[in-house]
Amino acid sequence: MTRLLEVEDLKVAFDTPRGTVRAVDGISFAVEAGRTLGLVGESGSGKSVTSLAVMGLHRGATVTGSIRLHGQELNGLGEKALGTVRGRRIAMIFQDPLSSLHPFYTVGEQIAEHYRVHFRANRKAGRARAVEMLAEVGIPEPARRVDEYPHQFSGGMRQRVMIAMALACEPDLLIADEPTTALDVTVQAQILDLIARIQQERGLGVVMITHDLGVVARVAHEVLVMYGGRAAEQAPVERLFAQPAHPYTRGLLDSLPRLDDTDDAPLRAIPGSPPSLIAPAPGCSFAPRCARTTAAAAEEHARCLAERPVLGPLAPGHQAACHLPLVPEGVL
Amino acid sequence: MTEPSLTGPPTNEPLLSVRDLVKTFPGRRSRTGRPGAPVRAVDGVSFDVGAGETLGLVGESGCGKSTTGRMIVRLLDPTSGTVTFDGTEIGGLSQARLRPHRRDLQMVFQDPYSSLNPRQTVSRIISEPLLVQGESATAARKRAAELMELVGLIPEHLDRYPHEFSGGQAQRIGIARALATSPRLVIADEPVSALDVSIQAQVVNLMERLQQELGLAYVFIAHDLSVVKRVCDRVAVMYLGRIVEIGDKAEVYGSPAHPYTRALLSAVPLPDPEAERTRERIVLLGDPPSPADPPPGCSFHPRCPKAQDLCRTERPLLRIAGPGTREAACHFPEVPGS
Repeated sequence: MTRLLEVEDLKVAFDTPRGTVRAVDGISFAVEAGRTLGLVGESGSGKSVTSLAVMGLHRGATVTGSIRLHGQELNGLGEKALGTVRGRRIAMIFQDPLSSLHPFYTVGEQIAEHYRVHFRANRKAGRARAVEMLAEVGIPEPARRVDEYPHQFSGGMRQRVMIAMALACEPDLLIADEPTTALDVTVQAQILDLIARIQQERGLGVVMITHDLGVVARVAHEVLVMYGGRAAEQAPVERLFAQPAHPYTRGLLDSLPRLDDTDDAPLRAIPGSPPSLIAPAPGCSFAPRCARTTAAAAEEHARCLAERPVLGPLAPGHQAACHLPLVPEGVL
Repeated sequence: MTEPSLTGPPTNEPLLSVRDLVKTFPGRRSRTGRPGAPVRAVDGVSFDVGAGETLGLVGESGCGKSTTGRMIVRLLDPTSGTVTFDGTEIGGLSQARLRPHRRDLQMVFQDPYSSLNPRQTVSRIISEPLLVQGESATAARKRAAELMELVGLIPEHLDRYPHEFSGGQAQRIGIARALATSPRLVIADEPVSALDVSIQAQVVNLMERLQQELGLAYVFIAHDLSVVKRVCDRVAVMYLGRIVEIGDKAEVYGSPAHPYTRALLSAVPLPDPEAERTRERIVLLGDPPSPADPPPGCSFHPRCPKAQDLCRTERPLLRIAGPGTREAACHFPEVPGS
């Protein structure tokens, strides 16, 4: 059986006057129908660039590696062929719905637009589809609101419009890039529930890009933690939170203030700041901030700084790119 | 009204006392030029902050938490109400008369880059409040170097510009500037929400350490309930310009009395997949209403799962709910043990 989306050794590099930025440096993952992959990382870790590359929206970047949708290779496909995939089979929603919606057109026209292109539908059918989609994403009075403009909607409602637009062509895969970061928590809960409901109804594969580990815990089945353009750790969601193997993942979890905390001990912050992507150090990109590297014996310490770790299996579905992982390497 | 905090000094006078603070902004003009209904961004807010204490001000966008903070430091003039700082009413003072008090009252902003002048060196940025207060340039520069060290930056970097620092470092510069005049109260408006998770913890720890070392009081404004739980002694939850619940952190977080607080807390995703799956969640319907056209009665009633007829007509006032000192503005509060 071919998987819905398979990405293998994806590399995205940008040439800048100050040197080549390796925004994504060898990422592999797969998404199956009806499942959600959480792509976690801090700013600059390459999570958004990864998703743009999957969509073929990487302007001026050099992309190598393989991106297969239902077994069909997308990397290197021409604009025209990509056009039949983009919006139709893979759809994307972004963080800020106001800047992704065109202020001059009614939401109905915008939802209908690519439906009409992909399905060669006339204006009337497009409009009917827009009303239907608005109703599906829970917008009250869809037949009236279809003729309104984006500024007449609240933040949460605009994100619903974006979702309606993304799903109008019944895609197989939805890439959601920080879809709730700009929203209030009570509205965030509504939008996450909406995405989960539609996913169940349609068997949609979802890539959820976020920096919020709480969101990941709520929606993801599998998680890929990115650091400095590389995969730090990949695991099923329960396993990742219960037994993180990469010191960076552990550090992220420890540095979070949590609602269910009882003690008021100081947060265990990760010292330092994220690495430069222009001239990455030869070893593990997390080594300069890693407590385990610092505590390690001289020989191991030197290895962390000199040799780049590759993803190694620890348990079924669980991999970490670390010379000194926090769980003993298990038997597969 | 409010009991002095246990963590404060043994005086009865709170450091900051805000009473019935109101801010209205003129409504948008219609096409004929007739002004629209005024927007009551803050609608009668009262609270106290003791010396050395942290009060968290939480709520969703548009609830008036930032406007309240800006009125305390007089970046905005209150429409009515009083702000009493250390026994002096500062809400109505002219900017010139206010200046001596500014020494004690500083602010940290959300976005470190846009709140630091890109054309000034860090030395100049941190010295600015001292120069305004009449210190000499040499003394101010010396103090700036000390402050850099205090907030965990390298004093040799004094002559660099803000863009040469990372987000977390830039926020440290913002904090150093706020601390330059040795204030007693710092209003921090979303000080960590623009920062990455791993950096957030560094800045939160820094702010806690400074509080202990310098005896600072904070008004910590944030939408992130987990961060507020970490840093605050007491917390006030705002909805549509009013405080709906205020009390000790343990009471408000442990057994929220107002349905809005309950919903807000249950909406925060926990970084724990198992807890997430089993947890009871209250999902509110709809969006927060517009402060230009607040609903009658309790402003939360259109979204409240417990709303009854009384809630639609009569506005609830803050009153003690439960065994402790916590107050909630609700006709039917959840009282622990009842």
